[in-house]
Amino acid sequence: MKKRPDFLAHAVLLLGVLLFMFPIWVAFAGATQSAAAINRGAISLVPEFRKLGVFVQALSFSNANAPVWHMLLVSFFMALAIAIGKIVISALSAFAIAFFRFPLRMVAFWLIFITLMLPIVVRIVPTYAVMSDLHLIDTFPGLTLPLIASATATLLFRQIFIAVPDELVEAAKLDGAGPMRFFWDVLLPVSRANIAALFVIEFVYGWNQYLWPLLVTTKGGLNTIVIGIVQMITGDQLIPWNLVMATTILALLPPILVVLAMQRWFVAGLTEADK
Amino acid sequence: MATLELQGLAKSFGNTKVLHGLDVKLDDGEMLVIVGGSGCGKSTLLRLVAGLESPTAGRILLDGKDITHVDPSKRDVAMVFQNYALYPHMSVFENMAYGLKLKGMPKAEIAKRVEEAADTLSLSALLGRKPGQLSGGQRQRVAMGRAIVREPKLFLFDEPLSNLDAKLRVQVRADIRKLQKRLNVTSLYVTHDQVEAMTLADRLAVMEQGVAAQIATPLEVFARPADQFVAGFIGDPSMNFCKAVLCAGGHGAKLAAGPEVALPGEASWGPEGMAVMLGIRPQHVVIEPGTGPLGFAVALEEPLGSEALLHGTLPDGEAFRIRVPYPAPQATALTISLPAAHLHLFDAQTGKRLEIA
Repeated sequence: MKKRPDFLAHAVLLLGVLLFMFPIWVAFAGATQSAAAINRGAISLVPEFRKLGVFVQALSFSNANAPVWHMLLVSFFMALAIAIGKIVISALSAFAIAFFRFPLRMVAFWLIFITLMLPIVVRIVPTYAVMSDLHLIDTFPGLTLPLIASATATLLFRQIFIAVPDELVEAAKLDGAGPMRFFWDVLLPVSRANIAALFVIEFVYGWNQYLWPLLVTTKGGLNTIVIGIVQMITGDQLIPWNLVMATTILALLPPILVVLAMQRWFVAGLTEADK
Repeated sequence: MATLELQGLAKSFGNTKVLHGLDVKLDDGEMLVIVGGSGCGKSTLLRLVAGLESPTAGRILLDGKDITHVDPSKRDVAMVFQNYALYPHMSVFENMAYGLKLKGMPKAEIAKRVEEAADTLSLSALLGRKPGQLSGGQRQRVAMGRAIVREPKLFLFDEPLSNLDAKLRVQVRADIRKLQKRLNVTSLYVTHDQVEAMTLADRLAVMEQGVAAQIATPLEVFARPADQFVAGFIGDPSMNFCKAVLCAGGHGAKLAAGPEVALPGEASWGPEGMAVMLGIRPQHVVIEPGTGPLGFAVALEEPLGSEALLHGTLPDGEAFRIRVPYPAPQATALTISLPAAHLHLFDAQTGKRLEIA
């Protein structure tokens, strides 16, 4: 290893950070200024710190169909349901594919695999029809269920599971662990670092959903924050840009918190894992 | 306290026969070591007894009870795996306790058993650690501990020493043997290492291509190998073989390399002209400078400290090894003799050991 700090690498990294941070900083600084000033295009990069109360004010802001705090909650539970649902379903399907010999096993595997090749947009009309037949339009299950089925996570879990040494499976058999007990006591703990990583990815994926929630919800009560922000800036009236920007910043926070919380988890899992 | 009996145990994977009907009976507390090269079916045999594979034919009796189709966890056997197979996310204590917990044993009893086993194996200080924080030797002991706490009728060892370094292996080998003798648990031990096999076994089963070529005590296997394969497999450096035909009415053999040698015993070994294979261990060859009947061209000397191993060829080009006390005679050509008392004879066709009837 080189002792000398690598200035070039640091410079490139810093530049990258600045590029990514700049729009967020503009939104943050803009949130503390008056809507009129922003509309004039006179947005300052220096935030007015005495106006930080705007973030609290934004929580109850309701330019869209529901107040911001409500939309944040809907988004949060939707993302949570999608992330947890995906992990549960994919882990179980991957468990079946990786550890059991049953008829049509490879057919099942390929069917799951093929769904990867179809982009969501292609599936969206039939999915809507199915949800409509099940009377799930404008319901929370309708919002989350179609997004839970996931070929990617299933494939990922399968790769993790087939890397588990056979000896471990056999040791569990000799210890008297049945399949579900093995799944719960050994397989899940052994893959918890991967689960944490997957949870982060899927939570952010769920949080950022736009097209499907837009189609499946018509009532304001199920509007997600992403839809809400879009609605806020499509009206005819004068847009309160400072509140919109504050809302945007608020909408960034939950995914960031999840990443931070889970990061510790999976780094800890990675360092003590012994496979 | 149990006997193990295998009756005609056979296993095929598709059309490949891995095990051709094995019969063996282990006495209470006996350690049978199964030794053989890779692919000889030794691991399959162990997995059949553990219940991880089901046999194509034959029966497994543990303590007289047929366990051929019993679930692995209900067979009352414990296995020590080659790579230990410890649960990486569980502490040493939890690893050892897991099987007992699943059996529904009371917590106090589990704790007592685990602590006893940990005491025996000097693991008491490590009970809270995860396997990732242990050295190879410690992990091996945890794997042993997991087997001991179950107080099984039968121990199964699947090459448990192959991941340890050479020095540790010798020590753990002795520890395993001491422990097995003290607990007096009937054991099956699979290895490809003949030294491990010789030192650990009450009896040895030498496997070759799915067949037990010989099942006998280590010394018996060494002194009277049942066939040419066993003779070449057991003993280090391995036995020399030279082609020969019987002569002098079956009392002598004419080597392909030239001279005739006398054969042990008074009786005839067979009809004159019968093709045989003569075997002699490198340490039994005698160097007789100038007077020995057989020439030996030295190609390489391997000094081993107290002795030396000479690699070379006989006059007919057959590879041959001699072990001599150090220092070895410094010559490129030697004359040697093959003492009759140390000769082994094998049928050149079948490879089976010949005995005087």
